Amino acid sequence: MTDPLLAIDDLHVHFHTEEGTVEALDGVDLEVYGDEVVGVIGESGCGKTVTMLSVMGLLQSPPAEVVGGSIRYDGRDLLTCSESELNEIRGEEISMIYQDPMTSLNPVLTVGRQVSEVLLAHRDISKRDARERSVEMLDACGLADPERLMDEYPHSLSGGMRQRVMIAMALVTEPNLLIADEPTTALDVTIQAQVMEVLRELRSDHEVSIVFITHDLPLVSEIADRIAVMYAGTVAETCSVERLFDRPLHPYTRKLTESIPKLDQPATRLPSIDGTVPSLVDPPDGCRFASRCPQFIGEECRSVTPALTDVSGTGRHEVACHLYTDVSEASPPWPVDDEDRTAQQPTAETDDGGRR
Amino acid sequence: MLKYIIRRLLVMVPVVLGVTVVISTLIYLSPGNPAQIALGQNANPEAVARLEQQMGLNKPPHLRYVDWLTQALQGNLGRSLETGTPVTDLIVERLPATLELAFASLAIMLVIALPLGVVSAVRQYSWVDNASMLFAIFWLSMPSFWLALILLLLFAVHWDFFPISGRAGALLSVTALSYLVLPAIANGARRAGLLTRMMRSSMLEILNKDYIRTAKGKGIGQRSVIYSHGMRNAMIPIVTLLGLQVPSLISSSVIVEVVFAWPGMGRLLVDAVLRRDYPVVQGVTLMYAVIVIVANLLVDIAYSYLDPQISYD
Repeated sequence: MTDPLLAIDDLHVHFHTEEGTVEALDGVDLEVYGDEVVGVIGESGCGKTVTMLSVMGLLQSPPAEVVGGSIRYDGRDLLTCSESELNEIRGEEISMIYQDPMTSLNPVLTVGRQVSEVLLAHRDISKRDARERSVEMLDACGLADPERLMDEYPHSLSGGMRQRVMIAMALVTEPNLLIADEPTTALDVTIQAQVMEVLRELRSDHEVSIVFITHDLPLVSEIADRIAVMYAGTVAETCSVERLFDRPLHPYTRKLTESIPKLDQPATRLPSIDGTVPSLVDPPDGCRFASRCPQFIGEECRSVTPALTDVSGTGRHEVACHLYTDVSEASPPWPVDDEDRTAQQPTAETDDGGRR
Repeated sequence: MLKYIIRRLLVMVPVVLGVTVVISTLIYLSPGNPAQIALGQNANPEAVARLEQQMGLNKPPHLRYVDWLTQALQGNLGRSLETGTPVTDLIVERLPATLELAFASLAIMLVIALPLGVVSAVRQYSWVDNASMLFAIFWLSMPSFWLALILLLLFAVHWDFFPISGRAGALLSVTALSYLVLPAIANGARRAGLLTRMMRSSMLEILNKDYIRTAKGKGIGQRSVIYSHGMRNAMIPIVTLLGLQVPSLISSSVIVEVVFAWPGMGRLLVDAVLRRDYPVVQGVTLMYAVIVIVANLLVDIAYSYLDPQISYD
């Protein structure tokens, strides 16, 4: 297997607040390979955005502090990079689309200025060429009359248009890695569909890896090759989209997939998970899902933090749960697919590597 | 934009008229009699009455106002009761000095406050920040009349760095500048303190905005993030404050002009008030009103350049 483009290893991030130290990330592991779309899902506050802002070096510090782990991008450790080294990577090789397009564009600068400045900062290029390139990019993002749009200010654009501008801004330098942080959350459903279409098209035109952060499982399954499920600052499970729906292994993921409303079944009350997410100020030891887990085994869940373990034997399905570790004697209540692995594997491989 | 400016200039007319009414009323209500002052306390009452008639002070106040206004509309602001010099000549003679002092004070405010405010915000809670906040509160706590006297005593009398008072012709010579330094500091320092604090808090607010994070994420470098993305947004409330500061800058310049014997309109005004030289008082106040109104118009125009969401068309 080739080296991952982005490898986040055992990342710990703390926020120092007046209420105490919030242990926002507690050993996050995540890998993104070239030309792969990874969906990161999880509820609000589980650390999706914090993880990605750490990658970009955009955590506000103070209060945030990276206390451990590494983020390797293309062989470099981003956490030890200086600000100027980071500036060579940000915008040029990794770019990010932010949650709220209404507040993420500068209100006093024209769209053209904001899109083309990325090019001007990273390329040895004339203003005129940068403008031309920006117009092309806006056009590729499905914005009508891009030439006129270049001289508009963000306030005269709708939410959907602004998000497309954000996408154009992120992709104008043709980065290797695009981080899309809930790019459609602030938009209504039709605009959401359009933005997803833009992302899909861009992906087929440019070779780009995407990390797609969302809490909308059905939405991300449209575009992602692989999914990472996060819970309370940890990665609970990573696997292909198919396996996530067919064979979720972590109790949290199972509950999550069960709670998706299904159109072909009579409407009933959706199942929910008892309890609440533990406070991340002084969080409990062991598995952070332990207090709510329907498959709770015993003391080991409360005392030993489960490591992300490969269960498929190919490194493509990892779960952080004692049902699958050596710490506990307990055996999983669901088949891990030992017997049909040979049958599953080829499809899983093509799905992981291929375009959707 | 041009339409807007014309509209604003038209609105000036009733405002200026209002100012003249208020001034005339105040003058009428104020105690003292220029004829009496001119002739001295022990003057013959008949002589005083004669002089009053010459000065046109025996007419009822509303008629006096109408007379003055008719003349003023023709560009004639009357003559000084004391010297007989046309008031317009006095103003034209003094206006450059006043504007010079105002712009110098403004320059001091901006040159000190903007960089200091920005640096304080970018390096919040650093020693630079603490030092500049101390600096700000230091100047902010000093009334300009007192500061003017202290500066005069220390730097002109005691150490002899700068000339004590007066003005040496137009700008652009070292001598002229040396006369300007102390009055400009006396007039601008306090406001520089205020502006530094405003700039800091405005910049701090902007630096926490999502679009600043976006800009950082583009890898365009800190300088561009702060100046292109931060400053321009942070300047919007600063311009508001500047607009509000213009009248107070003008009124404190009156005091500073007196302390430093700066030959501007402020000193002219104070002298005229003391001698009850009504036409001069009226003319100078009118000029001040026009300056304040025009300054506010400039501020509003500056807005539309800074903030594209403000459009006057």
